[in-house]
Amino acid sequence: MSEPADNSQEPRNTDPKTVLVGLLASAQNAVLPTIAITFGTGGTGLLVAIPVGAAIIAIGTFFAYISWKRLTYTIGQSDIRVESGVLSRSARSVPYERIQDVSLEQKLLPRLLGLVAVKFETGAGGGEDLSLSFLTEERGEELRQLVRERRDNLDARVSAEPGGTLSPNANEEEAEPLFTMGPKRLLTFGLFEFSLAVFAVLAGLLQYVDSFLDFEVWELDFWRGLIDNYAPDLSALDRTAQVIGILASVSALLIVGSLTGMVRVFMREWGFLLERTARGFRRRRGLFTKTDVVMPIHRVQGIRIGTRLIRYRFGWHSLSFVSLAQDMGASSHVVAPFAKLDEIAPIAEAAGFSLPGEGTDWRRASENFLFDSAVRDALFFLVPAAVAGIASSIYSPEWTGVVVGVLAVLAGISAILNVLAWRYQRHALDAAQIVSARGVLSPRSQIATRLKLHSVEIAQGPISRWRGYATVHLGQAGGVFAIPGVPLERAREVRRKVMETIAATDFSQLETG
Amino acid sequence: MGANRQASAASQEPAPSIFSEVDDEAELTKLHPNYKLLMRIGAVILGFVILVVGLAVDGALQAEEVPMPIPFGVITGLATLLALFIIIRIPLARYNARGYQISRDRLRVVRGIMWRSDTIVPFGRIQHIDVDQGPIERALGLATLTLHTAGSHNASVSLPGLGHDLAVQMREEIRAHIKRESM
Repeated sequence: MSEPADNSQEPRNTDPKTVLVGLLASAQNAVLPTIAITFGTGGTGLLVAIPVGAAIIAIGTFFAYISWKRLTYTIGQSDIRVESGVLSRSARSVPYERIQDVSLEQKLLPRLLGLVAVKFETGAGGGEDLSLSFLTEERGEELRQLVRERRDNLDARVSAEPGGTLSPNANEEEAEPLFTMGPKRLLTFGLFEFSLAVFAVLAGLLQYVDSFLDFEVWELDFWRGLIDNYAPDLSALDRTAQVIGILASVSALLIVGSLTGMVRVFMREWGFLLERTARGFRRRRGLFTKTDVVMPIHRVQGIRIGTRLIRYRFGWHSLSFVSLAQDMGASSHVVAPFAKLDEIAPIAEAAGFSLPGEGTDWRRASENFLFDSAVRDALFFLVPAAVAGIASSIYSPEWTGVVVGVLAVLAGISAILNVLAWRYQRHALDAAQIVSARGVLSPRSQIATRLKLHSVEIAQGPISRWRGYATVHLGQAGGVFAIPGVPLERAREVRRKVMETIAATDFSQLETG
Repeated sequence: MGANRQASAASQEPAPSIFSEVDDEAELTKLHPNYKLLMRIGAVILGFVILVVGLAVDGALQAEEVPMPIPFGVITGLATLLALFIIIRIPLARYNARGYQISRDRLRVVRGIMWRSDTIVPFGRIQHIDVDQGPIERALGLATLTLHTAGSHNASVSLPGLGHDLAVQMREEIRAHIKRESM
């Protein structure tokens, strides 16, 4: 276990302490039913509860042991192979050159035991990535270095460009911190992450306990009985007390919601540190579940800057990198979840992107597009208005004015919203990148490297063809980039320029010529 | 098949290369004439289904106890007209709407009657290439060329209705441009 057996082609097991994690996890699972049985039966059920709990732990541990025993991994010359399965065996092989990222994840239990889960991200859709849980921290780090070296060797062998230099193999390279979030920033962040998810969790928990307790949680009579017995009669109170009661419950809701958001932010983002290393961007975060992700810089396809309604008023934005790798189910890596624009700019710059500034040559969508989408949205209200107008004039003429008026006002509002949205929907091309921005109340923008686009499509429906505009779809690896309502001439220009950039660096020409 | 191949070859670029100069607005190259036939075969099947449905509806209405205002044959007649339209007009319109253009470093694919799409794929970004032939395509000497890119949008761009020889030739020439073909 301790020898530096990197080059051995032997199948190996993961760390034996994995079984211990399985034991602890099943103990965790056993706690709730045990408690529920104990209390549900008024304490007498303890005799039942303890064997049940013990059985859950024993079964869980047994399965953890079997699956640990049956899972082996092999570090081969050109790939990593994992074989697993108790009854049905499965073997998966991932070539080094297809591994996008190696990330380390530590949940609470493994962390206490000094273990990590190593995830090899391949960019395959549907979470079909390779993951090894669990290895010791040192072994995980070692494996990550190894995979990176192997992959870079392959990269160098395949794509050695004339005159290209390979960076010297810096092992633990010096890192330059780019962005970090202290407790104070997290506190501010938490304030904006209002969430009522806790109520959903409580309801779920209640339902779970419900199946063990002998009173009916969902039975209205049970609660009514409780209220009748213990609570003062609400209807007997005067108006002031009722208002105070409502205010109190609303503020309780607000407090609980804010607290939930706060707790979630602190758990997810604690110790947030983004660094620029020789190999790419390294992000570490997490309070109980620690994650450590490295994004190679050349795999960043584009960036997205987003915000939300309220935080935008205070100048807070988020920055993510678009790449083929997956990040906790999301398709892009958040590198600055909560930052001011002047903090975001240097990060974007480090990744080779420049934020649009004063001199940006913004182009709006076609005016025909504005008109057509305003009409289309207004029709949603105007058609019902016509129908309701005719119907009400037959059956109750006194309501006709009101109904038609309300719908017409709504149609007008939607038209105004369209104009506003149009004013903020724009795109720009510069020497190396393409920028698209939209949104009035919470503007978001997207920047892609022109060189890293894979295809350009100009799409038109019957109306847009008649009216002379088109949607430009850009093929981006791991992301979606579409600009709607571009005048046809401009769409052709955008495509021509993007294609020029791509064609200028035709790798095949380098190779054959 | 040999005659068709020659006929289409005559309408294409002169022999040495299938690649033209880069001009994204240039005239499109038409697909193989047999492609019209292929789409028409599909349309005949669809038209037949429509006809059968029309007949069935007509028959069902006649069987009703209450006499219907629509005389027998009207729905079948409408279905026949629709089927004929689908069989005669649609394949022709689709054929005319489709086209491609292959130049030194890119392939442009245009398609769609109502919803037009005009896609350019640079050879330098192609991951791998497929040449597929269904049974009817094989009988007609046609093939579908599919280019796979790493982009999420347009992850695969397919160009149906090429002569099989031409499709294979295009694959070989494009492949020469690809740095890493294996995926």
